[in-house]
Amino acid sequence: MRTSGRTRKAAVIAVAGLAACATLITGCSSDSKDSGSGDGGKSSANEKITLHIGDFGSFGYDDKTGAKLFSEYHALHPNITIVEDNVSDSGAYWNSLKLHLTQNSGLDDIQAIEIGFVANATQPQYASKFVDFKTVKGFNAGDWLDYKEKEATTTDGKIIGVGTDVGPTAICYRKDLFQQAGLPTDRDKVAALWAGDWSKFVDVGKQFKAKAPAGVAFTDSASGLFNAVLASQTQQYTDDSGKLIYDTSTGVQTAWNLSAQAVQEGLTAKLQQFDANNTWSAAFKTNKFATLACPSWMIGQVADNSGPANKGKWDIAQPPQAGNWGGSFLAVPKSGKHVAEATALAQWLTAAPQEVKVFQKFGNIPSNKAALSDPAVLNTTNDYFPGTPVGKIFTATANDIKPAPIGPNDSLVKDTITQNGLLDMEQRGTSKDKAWSNVQAQVKDKVGE
Amino acid sequence: MATSVRAASDGRAPAGWRTKLFRLDTKASPYAYIAPFFLCFAAFGLFPLIYTGWLSLNRVQLGTSAHWVGFQNYTDLWDNQFFWTALRNTFTLGLISTVPQLMMALGLAHLLNYKLRARGFFRVAVLAPYATSIAAASLVFVQLFNPDYGMINQFLGHVGIDPVEWSSSKWPAQIAISSIVTWRWTGYNALIYLAAMQAVPADLYEAAALDGASRWRQFISVTIPSIRPTIFFTIIVSTIGATQLFGEPLIYGGNSSSGGSAHQYQTLSLYMYDKGWQVGELGQASAVAWVMLLILLLIGAVQLFVLRTNNRRKLGG
Repeated sequence: MRTSGRTRKAAVIAVAGLAACATLITGCSSDSKDSGSGDGGKSSANEKITLHIGDFGSFGYDDKTGAKLFSEYHALHPNITIVEDNVSDSGAYWNSLKLHLTQNSGLDDIQAIEIGFVANATQPQYASKFVDFKTVKGFNAGDWLDYKEKEATTTDGKIIGVGTDVGPTAICYRKDLFQQAGLPTDRDKVAALWAGDWSKFVDVGKQFKAKAPAGVAFTDSASGLFNAVLASQTQQYTDDSGKLIYDTSTGVQTAWNLSAQAVQEGLTAKLQQFDANNTWSAAFKTNKFATLACPSWMIGQVADNSGPANKGKWDIAQPPQAGNWGGSFLAVPKSGKHVAEATALAQWLTAAPQEVKVFQKFGNIPSNKAALSDPAVLNTTNDYFPGTPVGKIFTATANDIKPAPIGPNDSLVKDTITQNGLLDMEQRGTSKDKAWSNVQAQVKDKVGE
Repeated sequence: MATSVRAASDGRAPAGWRTKLFRLDTKASPYAYIAPFFLCFAAFGLFPLIYTGWLSLNRVQLGTSAHWVGFQNYTDLWDNQFFWTALRNTFTLGLISTVPQLMMALGLAHLLNYKLRARGFFRVAVLAPYATSIAAASLVFVQLFNPDYGMINQFLGHVGIDPVEWSSSKWPAQIAISSIVTWRWTGYNALIYLAAMQAVPADLYEAAALDGASRWRQFISVTIPSIRPTIFFTIIVSTIGATQLFGEPLIYGGNSSSGGSAHQYQTLSLYMYDKGWQVGELGQASAVAWVMLLILLLIGAVQLFVLRTNNRRKLGG
């Protein structure tokens, strides 16, 4: 009897100890979100609040290097302080965002979504977690480029994000290297060489190669060419119904065949864009290539990587066909504490005046129509490209873009084609057919159809 | 039992709460002391293990609910060429990083075991790579092995060897990655060996020296047999590490989980990460995780078996 009593007490103490430890372990998880009322509409206008905006890469909003939009907003709304949670890698950003969405925790008041993932975000399991901008007062989808807001629209018509920038794609080229290869250097004449058809671009590459300075390839990478060609196609990886059709898509075939041809003709510098080895960024300085498919956000890369020594050597020409490569959206998770304020901030950040400011300071091409036709944007130039009408070139391309349906598996297929298929052909000499069947096998493994 | 305890407490005033408390203390406290570990283990070790096992039997995508498919994820793996590539890569990478690493560690430990000047400094120095983060070390090696301007290819150029494609060719890439692993872990293992070597009785060496054994002979015939259990331990730990190789190939491939353009250095961990986070197929990723666990258990069993038979032979002979 006593023995059992002792054991019971021991058990009680042990359990108490366990419980105490358990409280320690789990204690930190639950209390943060419950205190708020849930709907931001109720909070009074004078309450001091902090809005967190989660993004990646450079959105050009911040007060240090960007257009100082956060401090401007703070001046307009003294009770609101904005904190930016920025990471550099958009892929890593999306991976953690989708985890936070599934768990409905750890989300910022505003979450940026890159175009490569926006089709994922419009899938039911994620879309239901975001505010539908169609229900937001003062939001008019027609303010943005048609294709832009369409990309953030779910199949049942909800709009989960407002458009920030777009990525109209032109061609950056080296005037000095073009001259040495006997090609014209004037940007209109250069554009005329390949106007209308990407296959002409490859033909110019052959001409370039015939007289090119030693060690200079025509273009940096097959993947850059592929992305630029594909961006201009009206049929890409996915059809209107959202079905993955990459292996029968005429757009993908065109882009694949042309970039494979460029590889076989030896027109590429066999580089991988944004590689961790920095081989790609180093190749700008060492004159390894003469052209580069240039979405508007790429000109910053050209300037940074080429360095002051090459200033004035680069110019920008209209592409054979207009395409959109990149751009993002701002979305507002419903679970936030200050949904109303966050929605207002997202609208303000993407309104025409602010998109103009970001463009002037940072070069991100606006997706807001009023901003796109603003003279301030049209007349913008860039110090690194003296005399180049940067604003005119990119806005013209942006207005010419013909949208293609996008789907949730697009970026997965794109990565497989560019990082595995094309790179394999370039660096390991794998044949075109073999590379393509590898791509198909990998996509099948990943998408599982 | 109660009586005997009372007798032990020296016949003082009958029992009372003090004794009970004392008994309780001796019986229950140890459990309370070790409870945090088991609790943490249950929360962060056992639960994920079981949950992963359950997930591996379901088809489940990130953000959607699971539905039962039985062993289909496993049979899919069996038919999957990329899984086999990853398995082969994990094996070859493990082999070419673990074997040289342990041999070098053994040699280093033997040298450190001599009486030499600034011994303390050298002992700390060999551990320095282990204290470096995987990310930092990998980034440096990525630069060293850069095919275009990396130091290693420049050096090879000076001695008249053509540049090696350290990332796009299979074996050079695997060798480069294994060199990161070897660099980081050799010193760590060397210190473990050194600790074991210092426990070897000095008279064994004296006796061997009297018998005319050279330093090398002593190393082979005295040191190695004396630290055999330690060697076995490091082999097991290194095997586990090699099977889970993840950070080095990930960063070497530029944060891409495909392990090179033709998967030439995609390990099982990378494949699992690819399935789980790039593709979002949690069920298939869990199946890979469980296959890795089973492989480790299998290797562990084989190693244990080898050790047992080895010991038995030693004892018998």
